Amino acid sequence: MTPTISVSKLSKHYKVPEREGGMKAAVISLFNRKYRTVKAVDDISFSIEPGEVVGFLGPNGAGKTTTLKVLSGLLHPTSGAVNVLGYEPTKRSHDYLRQVALVMGNRNQLSWDLPAIDSFELQRAIYGIPVPEFKKTRDDFIDLLELKDLVNKPIRNLSLGERMKMEIVGALLHRPKVLFLDEPTIGLDVTMQRRIRAFIKEYNQRWGATVLLTSHYMADVEALCKRVIVIHHGRTLFDGELSTLVTQFSSFKTLGVTLPNPEVDLSQYGEVLTRDGARVTLRVAKSKTSQVTANLLSDLQVDDLTVEDTPIDDVIDSVFTLNEEIK
Amino acid sequence: MRRYIDFYLASMKIAILSQIQYSVANYFYMIGMVTEPVIYLVVWTTIAKQQGGMAGGYTAGAFAAYYIIWTLVRNMNIVFTPYGWEWRIREGQLSMELMRPIHPIHGDVAYFAGWKTVVIFLWLPLAAILSWIFKPDFDIRWMEVIVFSLAIWGAYLIRTILLSLLGMITFWTTRVSAIFDLYFGLELILSGRLVPMTLMPTWVQNLSNYLPFKWTFFFPIEALVGNMTDTQLWSGVGMQVLWITSGTLFLNLIWKSAIKQYSAVGG
Repeated sequence: MTPTISVSKLSKHYKVPEREGGMKAAVISLFNRKYRTVKAVDDISFSIEPGEVVGFLGPNGAGKTTTLKVLSGLLHPTSGAVNVLGYEPTKRSHDYLRQVALVMGNRNQLSWDLPAIDSFELQRAIYGIPVPEFKKTRDDFIDLLELKDLVNKPIRNLSLGERMKMEIVGALLHRPKVLFLDEPTIGLDVTMQRRIRAFIKEYNQRWGATVLLTSHYMADVEALCKRVIVIHHGRTLFDGELSTLVTQFSSFKTLGVTLPNPEVDLSQYGEVLTRDGARVTLRVAKSKTSQVTANLLSDLQVDDLTVEDTPIDDVIDSVFTLNEEIK
Repeated sequence: MRRYIDFYLASMKIAILSQIQYSVANYFYMIGMVTEPVIYLVVWTTIAKQQGGMAGGYTAGAFAAYYIIWTLVRNMNIVFTPYGWEWRIREGQLSMELMRPIHPIHGDVAYFAGWKTVVIFLWLPLAAILSWIFKPDFDIRWMEVIVFSLAIWGAYLIRTILLSLLGMITFWTTRVSAIFDLYFGLELILSGRLVPMTLMPTWVQNLSNYLPFKWTFFFPIEALVGNMTDTQLWSGVGMQVLWITSGTLFLNLIWKSAIKQYSAVGG
C-alpha cells in the first residue's frame, strides 16, 4: 500500500539573530550581527498509511508544529523529501490543499462577527463543494457535535469549546483525506475534549481519513492513536505502537493500596508516591510487582489493592528524561 | 472561473453582513474621514476667493466638486494595508489563509469589495449633505459616469496590488512601518489626494505620469468632475488596466519568492 504521508530525512533549520542583553550589545549588533542556527526539525523520517491516526508527541519546541507546517505546505523544508497523497506540499497545488486540513487549537478562521452558518457558506465557496454534498456534510457534523442551537449565534458569543467545535466543522466541510491537528483540544474542559475526540474518531472511521495529531493531553492520544511518534529537539526518539512505548519505557507499575490503618509505613515495599488518607500509591519495579503484591497481602490487612501501568504522561516524560541523560 | 465567481460573491456577502453588524460605527468612520477633505476644501476655496474666484484653474465650485467626489474615491482606496499584512503574519492568521485552495489576495479583494458596496450606499447621503453646504459645480456627461464607475474599481485594484506588494515585505522582516510611512508620504503628494495634480509643479505632474498613484486618486475624480475628452477618459482606463496587469504579474513574481521565506512565526 502506498503511504499517505511519507517523510524522508526532513530537516528545517532557522537562522535566528542573537545578541546579549544591554545597550552596548545592541549597538554592536548593528554592525556585527550574529546568527545562530536553530534545528527545529533535524533529519526525521516516517511514513503513515491511509486511515492511520498517529500521535505526534514531544515537549514544547520539539519540532511537532514545524513538521505539521511542512507537511501542510506552509513551510519549505531545509532538506529532505516530503510527500502527502502523492503531492509535494511545498508546491501548494490547489488540488492538494483541497484534500487536507490543518486545525490549530489556538487559531480561528471563522468570521468573529457572524454566525457560523454564514462562514460555513464561505468555506463551501472556497473549496467548491457541490451544494447538496455541502448541506449533507454540514448537517451531519452539526448533529454529531450537537451544534444545532449554536450555529445561528455570532461566533463571538460562543464559549471557547463551542467555538472550537465550529472551527472543526468549518475545517472539515470539504471532507479532507488528511487531517493535521495541532492541539485541537487545548484549553477545553474535559467534556468538550471528549466530544471533540469522539468526533475525530468518527470522522476517521467514516471517511477513512489519515490523521496526524499533536496534543499535550495524553487522553487525546490514548483515545485516538494506536501509533505514536515521539520527537525531541527535532529528532525522532520513538516511532511505534503506544503499547510498545509503555512497555519499552516504563519499567514501573503503580500500586494503589487502601489500608484500615493509615499510619502503616509502606516504604519498604516501594516508592511512596502519594498518601491520601487510607489510600497510598506506590511505585514498584515491574519485575517485582507480583512479589510486592503478594508480600503486601500476606504482611498487612489490605482493604483494596489495584495494579496499574504507569500513566502515559509519566512514560513520555521518562522518554524525554532518558534522552536528556544520554545527551 | 465559476468557482472564483462563487467565492467572490460569498466573500462579498460575508463582508456586507459583517459591515451591517457595525453600520453605526461605519457611518461615524466615514464622517470622520470627511474631516480631511473639508479642511482642504475650506483652504482652497478661501485661496480661490482671494485670487478673484479661481486658483490654478479651479473655481470654488470646482474645488467643492473635486473634494466631494474625493470622499468616495478615498473610501474606494481603502484596502488591506501593509500594517494588516504585518499583523496577519505576526498573529499567524496568514497560515490559516494559506491552507485554502485560493490565493489570500483574492480573499482581500473580495472582502473589501463587499465592504465598498456598503460604503457606496453610506456615501450617498453624506455627499448630498456636503453638496448642500459647499455648492459644487457638477457638469457631468454619461460617458464620464460610465468611466468613473469603472475607474473607481480600477483604482481599488491598483491600490490593492500596490499595498499588497508593500505588505509582502513583511515576509522578509516583520517590522517595516518606516517604509510604509515613506510610501504613504509619496502617495499623498503624487496621487492627487492632497491637491488636484494640476495644481502641482510641472515636474511633479510629469513624474506622476510614470507612477501608479495618480491613477488611483486623481484620475477617477477628474474622470467625473474634470473636462476630459472621451479619448482621454478611455486612455486613463487603459493606463489603469496597464498598471493592474503589470502589477499582477509583478505580484505573482514576488509572491513566489515571498512564500518560500514564510516562516509562520505567529503560528
